[in-house]
Amino acid sequence: MLDDFMMRATLAGIGVALAAAPLGCFVVWRRMAYFGDATAHAAILGVALSLALSISVFAGALVIALLMALTVNLLTGRGYAMDTLLGVLAHSALAFGLVAVSFLSGIRIDLMAYLFGDILAVSRLDLTVIWGGATLVVALIGWRWSALLTATLNEDLAYASGIDPKREQLVLTLALAITVAVAIKVVGVLLIAAMLIIPAAAARPLSRTPESMALVAAGIGSVSALVGLRAAYVFDTPAGPSIVCVAALIFAALSIAGKVRTSTQ
Amino acid sequence: MSLVCVDDLSISYGAKAVLSHVSLRIEPGEIVTIVGPNGSGKTSLLRSIIGAVKPARGRVTRGSNLRLGYVPQRLHIDPTLPMTVARFLALPGRAARTIIDGALAQAGVPNLLNAQMSRLSGGQFQRVLLARALIGKPQLLLLDEATQGLDQPGSAAFYRQIETVRRDTGCAVLMISHELHVVMSASDRVICLNGHVCCEGTPEVVASAPEYRALFGSGTMGALALYRHDHDHGHDHHHDHTETAE
Repeated sequence: MLDDFMMRATLAGIGVALAAAPLGCFVVWRRMAYFGDATAHAAILGVALSLALSISVFAGALVIALLMALTVNLLTGRGYAMDTLLGVLAHSALAFGLVAVSFLSGIRIDLMAYLFGDILAVSRLDLTVIWGGATLVVALIGWRWSALLTATLNEDLAYASGIDPKREQLVLTLALAITVAVAIKVVGVLLIAAMLIIPAAAARPLSRTPESMALVAAGIGSVSALVGLRAAYVFDTPAGPSIVCVAALIFAALSIAGKVRTSTQ
Repeated sequence: MSLVCVDDLSISYGAKAVLSHVSLRIEPGEIVTIVGPNGSGKTSLLRSIIGAVKPARGRVTRGSNLRLGYVPQRLHIDPTLPMTVARFLALPGRAARTIIDGALAQAGVPNLLNAQMSRLSGGQFQRVLLARALIGKPQLLLLDEATQGLDQPGSAAFYRQIETVRRDTGCAVLMISHELHVVMSASDRVICLNGHVCCEGTPEVVASAPEYRALFGSGTMGALALYRHDHDHGHDHHHDHTETAE
């Protein structure tokens, strides 16, 4: 079954969608969209470094994404507005990454594969890493779920319940770095944030509780992966962007349906 | 044994000192109110008790395994976060249905269980916050201007609810409020704060203290502050608004 590249691609897409759903909900609730983007963009620098050092791309991307996220956490609230800081870090990380890749004259690499993903080239080993990472992210967020939710609502409520919001922020940061690392192959660094945000945002009108929003987001993400891959095959379009297009169309349809429903109530 | 001991507490944000050399104790079952002008460090004091602010000097000691209930000044729930009252009340854990129902009834808002938090009125929202604070059967209830945004009858009713909760559960209450006349009437003890403890004691003692009068004036506010509803029933036209609420 895993011999079929379409099957491997589909499983990879669903794996990323499942990890991205609960994490994406927190990214939306905590307004960390740009933070996710910055972390993902930094990963291209990790890709360049791992190619130069001949180590695993997953490992390189994971380390650099984690360093980026920790740097942002550290610098927050020290003089610059959050979005300015992220604007500086996200784009400079991407630029340094692209420049670093150009130094790798010995190896000819397809930059597009890392910017927009190369899901059709997912190997069995990649699949193992993707599902391993996705399981880790879901387990991490599931374990900290209530504490994360309380800290997201209000930091003081969290403190009063004996929860340290800074520690919960670190949990999210770690989950984000892992997700970025496993999603590079599937959608590429430029579209990872889309996989986090769009399914979660699309799930909002259908949800009454945080838990249902995460589950619905996982469903929407998986459907986007399935339909997007199929569309890429039929129309011969790039796979990663096709998945994101499907998610965006679902988002638009559900938002309009939600608006119509509330206005007719 | 005191629930909370604050010893020689100083707090500063950067170079700016907000509290210096504050000491106080909260005993089981008492209602203590902190009054003080804006920027006097009231919220910082409360936040240091829940562990959200690290003291620059001195220390805050909580009784071992002290159960805290905290009602924040304002809670903004992002519109992207769907949240029913039932789910909110159980956070950060999961609570039995009977406990949730009991807390809602105690806070004076039964039947809201399945409402979305975003659909609640200001008064309902504050009472749901109170209900959540009561879920863990607190020994100490902390309220930070919990009636902000409520009208006069609404906040008077809210504070009567607090007295009822104290009577029924025996928990101590430490609260901050701007509504001196409403709050002081319900307090056993008042602490007047302005970067340090200016004066403290029973409501009558504080209201007549020169330090308190220097901060809040001795005019209408002073007279209102002295109003207690266990005596002086309704001959004074100054207090009409309080009584309509009763």
